[in-house]
Amino acid sequence: MAADTATHQFPLPAILEYPSSTPPELITQGAEGRLYKSTYLLPSIPCAVKYRPPKPWRHPILDARLTRHRILSEARNLAKCRREGVLVPAVYAIDESAGWLMMEWVAGDPVRAAINEWLRRRRDAERAEGRSGDAMVEGTGEADADLVALLRRISTAVGRMHKAGIVHGDLTTSNMMLRPWERGKEPANGHNAEGDELLEGDIVIIDFGLASQSVSDEDRAVDLYVLERAFASTHPRAEKLFTAMLESAYKDTFKQAPIVLKKLEDVRMRGRKRSMLG
Amino acid sequence: MGSNCQESSKSTIIPDSENTEAELRLTPSAKRQKIDHQIQAQAQAHPHSAAPEANTTFQHSKMSSTSLLETLQLEHVPSTHSVHIAVFRGVENAAFLHQQLLARNADFEYALIDAAVITSRLQVLSAAFKAITLQVAGTLKTPNVHSEIVYALSPASNIAEAYRRHGITPTTKDLVIVKILISPLDADSTEAARAEDIEKHLLAHVKGQPAPFTDETLSALTDWGRVRKYYKLNGVGWLDGIKDAGAKNKEMDTLVMSGMALRGV
Repeated sequence: MAADTATHQFPLPAILEYPSSTPPELITQGAEGRLYKSTYLLPSIPCAVKYRPPKPWRHPILDARLTRHRILSEARNLAKCRREGVLVPAVYAIDESAGWLMMEWVAGDPVRAAINEWLRRRRDAERAEGRSGDAMVEGTGEADADLVALLRRISTAVGRMHKAGIVHGDLTTSNMMLRPWERGKEPANGHNAEGDELLEGDIVIIDFGLASQSVSDEDRAVDLYVLERAFASTHPRAEKLFTAMLESAYKDTFKQAPIVLKKLEDVRMRGRKRSMLG
Repeated sequence: MGSNCQESSKSTIIPDSENTEAELRLTPSAKRQKIDHQIQAQAQAHPHSAAPEANTTFQHSKMSSTSLLETLQLEHVPSTHSVHIAVFRGVENAAFLHQQLLARNADFEYALIDAAVITSRLQVLSAAFKAITLQVAGTLKTPNVHSEIVYALSPASNIAEAYRRHGITPTTKDLVIVKILISPLDADSTEAARAEDIEKHLLAHVKGQPAPFTDETLSALTDWGRVRKYYKLNGVGWLDGIKDAGAKNKEMDTLVMSGMALRGV
């Protein structure tokens, strides 16, 4: 394992130091932790390992408590979503004192990558026809049906999560995976089999590191607002379409959704932070 | 509660000791548990002498010994730990096996799991993984790594309840038996021999029909009513909306494993 660790920029968590059929692969590093791809139990089962290393600049006791608390709350929120039927990675194993969480590995690309690739192809096609290709995507044309369907699925997924009593805290198109449908198992509703396969798949929400349990309309509206802003900055051309889809598909997911959308208008006016009163 | 505790051992009396220091370092709750076991063991008439005579009365099973025990090396556990698993159906001497656990007979240090509450191979392996991880970290909550496997199957933190629900009882018919072998780093050659010993020992003392440790075997033995009750899946309405039985069981299996992973947190 010495050779494996040498290729890593950071020391591995102790659990990943033990032998495995394929060496753990560092996928990404966030502000608080690192994500590795590895295997769980058998070589055939891929898993994601989220590791929050100790922070040397914090007091050790405080550090241990914060890490423990964050790992546990992420695991609880994932488990709660899963029980309520929201598509999220399943929790495989957890060691809150060592600071790691093993989850199901979600196949596919982030939604961000898929949408950007789709927009790029569309622009190239428009340019080939002699247009500028920079116009807003209105979602009215036949060619936009796939994107509209995808945005609907996103809104529905977020609605289901809110219905389960979880707010994500960091909703972006990078924190949603587009897991390809298994062959011959495509759901019959709301998708056409012929279209190009770029935007097809289940929306799996990931990264519950900032999630919390809340059923308040305010929190849910802020969650939607964050998603809206993130969407506008990552996919500016599809911004309007997204807002329209959010309002139509989200509304149908649970009873209080219309109230949340009303609240969203307030949040849009003032921004994510609440008024100065505390 | 006392009479239902199984899987116990005094680390110090095990002849072929696989017990590391880690097992001796017990958490407060484990110490409590251990005291329970000691009281219980004293209550037994002949804690250690009764077993050997009783053993000899059972006939060897006819099944060839090669296919009985499945040996696995799990991912991300130390290479010194190997997992050996066997399945027995229609076990007739569950009461005897249960008695050996209560008597803390060191020769019967296995995780004896009631197959009715097992949904898949992965569930068993998951429990083994958790138990080994805790054993290596020295934070076992129960007397040894095998009892920890039974405890790891439970989504609740009551140890006696976990033994009762997931472990062997005198009336258990089908068993999943797990043995963790811990070898020193340099003794790989003896591993195979010890696995054979286990196989012989199981064939000699478990009066049942050996079956392969596969998802097919396990799902045929699963009592989904009990699984749903123990893992609190009855309140999960959308499960019944899944038409495909295979997909539904897979979802339940995943929820079961999440429940195990999140025990007590």
